[in-house]
Amino acid sequence: MSAGAGATLGEEAGTPVLALEGVTGGYGGAEIIHEVSVRVGPGEIVVLIGPNGAGKSTVMNAVLGRLELSRGRVRLRGRDITGTAPDRVVRQGVCYVPQSANVFPNLSVNENLEMGAYIRRDDFRPRMREMYELFPPLAERRRTPAGNLSGGQRQMVAIAKALMVEPAVLLLDEPSAGLSPRFRADIFRVVREINAGGVPVLMVEQNARQALGIADRGYVLVDGRNRLDGSGAALLADPAVGAMFLGGRGDAAGTGGGGTAPGAAAP
Amino acid sequence: MIEFLNFYLIPGLVLGSIYALGAIGVTLTFGILRFANFAHGETMTLGAFIALSLATFTGWHPFAVLPIAMALTALAVLGMDRLFFRPLRHGSTIILVIASFGLMLMVRSLVQLVWGAQLRSFGQGIDLPWVLFDALRIFPKHVTIVCAALVLMLAVHLLLSRTRAGKAMRAMADSPDLARLTGIDTERVIVTTWIVGAGLAAAAGVFLAYDTHVESQLGFKLLLPIFAAALLGGIGRPYGAMAGGLVIGLVEELSTYPWIGSEALVPPGYKTGVAFAIMVAILIWRPSGLFRGRVF
Repeated sequence: MSAGAGATLGEEAGTPVLALEGVTGGYGGAEIIHEVSVRVGPGEIVVLIGPNGAGKSTVMNAVLGRLELSRGRVRLRGRDITGTAPDRVVRQGVCYVPQSANVFPNLSVNENLEMGAYIRRDDFRPRMREMYELFPPLAERRRTPAGNLSGGQRQMVAIAKALMVEPAVLLLDEPSAGLSPRFRADIFRVVREINAGGVPVLMVEQNARQALGIADRGYVLVDGRNRLDGSGAALLADPAVGAMFLGGRGDAAGTGGGGTAPGAAAP
Repeated sequence: MIEFLNFYLIPGLVLGSIYALGAIGVTLTFGILRFANFAHGETMTLGAFIALSLATFTGWHPFAVLPIAMALTALAVLGMDRLFFRPLRHGSTIILVIASFGLMLMVRSLVQLVWGAQLRSFGQGIDLPWVLFDALRIFPKHVTIVCAALVLMLAVHLLLSRTRAGKAMRAMADSPDLARLTGIDTERVIVTTWIVGAGLAAAAGVFLAYDTHVESQLGFKLLLPIFAAALLGGIGRPYGAMAGGLVIGLVEELSTYPWIGSEALVPPGYKTGVAFAIMVAILIWRPSGLFRGRVF
C-alpha cells in the first residue's frame, strides 16, 4: 500500500514500542482513518505528516482509546491496548501532549509538573529537577501561572508535564503550532534532546520540513490512509512529498537522494 | 458614626462571611462539576437543622457540634450525588441544573417533614455585647462567627494551594479533559469537591442560624445572594467567591444606612434586591466577574 520505496530504510529492529496495525475507526460511526499502520521502534522519532483532515490527530486518539475502532489493533510494547480508556493508557506510560489546552492555565509551572506526576506514588522531585534542567526558562518561572507564559514556554510546560511519568513513548500533537520560528526551532531541538535520552517519540506536525529533518522515519497520511513512508531524509527528498507539503520544491532539502518521479524516492 | 459601625458595618461583615462560605461551594461545584447547583441553599438548611438536633440532643454549644454537622451534611450530599447527579453526569449541563432544582424542592420538603416549618433557635439565652469605648458594641457571637469563617476560609486556601487533592481540584476546574489525560482520578476529585462544598455550606447555615434562627427557608433565602457573590467573584474562583461574599454582605447591610437624609437608602425589606441588582449588573457588564472567572 505504501508507495515509498524507502519504506525499508531506517526500519526499526525488534518489537516496536508502539504499533498501530491496520486501524480503521472514527467517531460516532463515521470512519476517519482506514487501515492505518504506524510503528514506533525503540529510541525512534517518528513523524506523521499529511494535509489538514488527513486523520493525523485521529491516529493519536486511536492510541489513547478515544476513538471507536472497527478494525485493527493498537499495541504498546507488544501488549494489546486496543480500546483501553485514556487515563489507563496514560498510566501505562503513554505521555500525550495535546495540540492546544495542554497546560492547566491557573496552576503554576511547578503545580503543572506536580499534576503530571499525579499517578506516581514515589518521590517525583528528582524527575522535576531533570525537567527544569531540560527547560531552563521554566526554572525561573516555577511559581508563574502557566496561563501567563508565552506560547513557547507553555509548550515546554506541556511537554515537561507529560514527561513527569516514566515515558514508554511520547506523543506530540503539533508541538510547533502557533509558535514563532525561533521557538519552533527550540521545540524541535528539545524533542531531539528528549529522544537522545532514550524516549521514543511519535509526533504529528504541520511543519513537515523541520519535523522530517529530525525524524528517523515518517509516515504520510492522505484522506485517512497511509500514502507514503520512509526515513525522514528519504521523505524530505521525495518530490511527491515536496509537492504536497514543502511548497513544491521536492529537492530543496538537498539530501541528495531525491528521485525524479512521484512515488519513486530512491533508497 | 458609632451607629454605622454597630448596626451596619459589623452585621455586614458577619453576613458577608456567611455568604462567602456558601459562595465557595457554589463556585467549586460550578468550576469542577460544571453546573449551577440550586440545591446548595438546601444543603445549608440541612446543616443548620442537623446541628440543631445535635445541639439539642447533647446540650453542647452549636460550635462544638459543628464538625459533626459538617461531616453528616457532607455524607448526605454525597448520597444525593450518587442518586441524582452521578447518573446524569455525562448528559447536558441543563439536565443537572434542573435535577438540582428538583432536589432543592425535595430536600426542603423533607426538612419540613422532619423538623417542621416553624422558627427554631439555638437558644443560647441573651447574648450581651461587649461595650468598647462606651459606644462600640460588639456581640461575642459575631466575633466567633467571623473568626470561625476566617479559619474555614484559611483551611480552604491551604487545601487548594498545598495539597495534592486541592491542586487536582484546581486542575480539573481548569480543564476536565486534560485532567483525565493526565491520569487524575476525576471521580475522586468530584467527591472531594462535594465534601468541601457541603461542609462549608453546613457551617454557613449554622452560623446564620446561630446569629438569627433556624427555619426551613433559611438556605433558600441565602441562595440568591450566594449566587450573586459567586458571580461577582468570577465563577470557578474560590478566592473570588470569598471576596464576593464579603462585598455582597456588606453592600446589602450598608444599603439600608440613611446615607441621604434620615431615611434608609434602601428599605431593609428590599435589601436582598441589592444582591439581585448587583448580579444583573455583573451579568450585563462583566460576565466573567471581578476575578475573570468562567462566563456563566
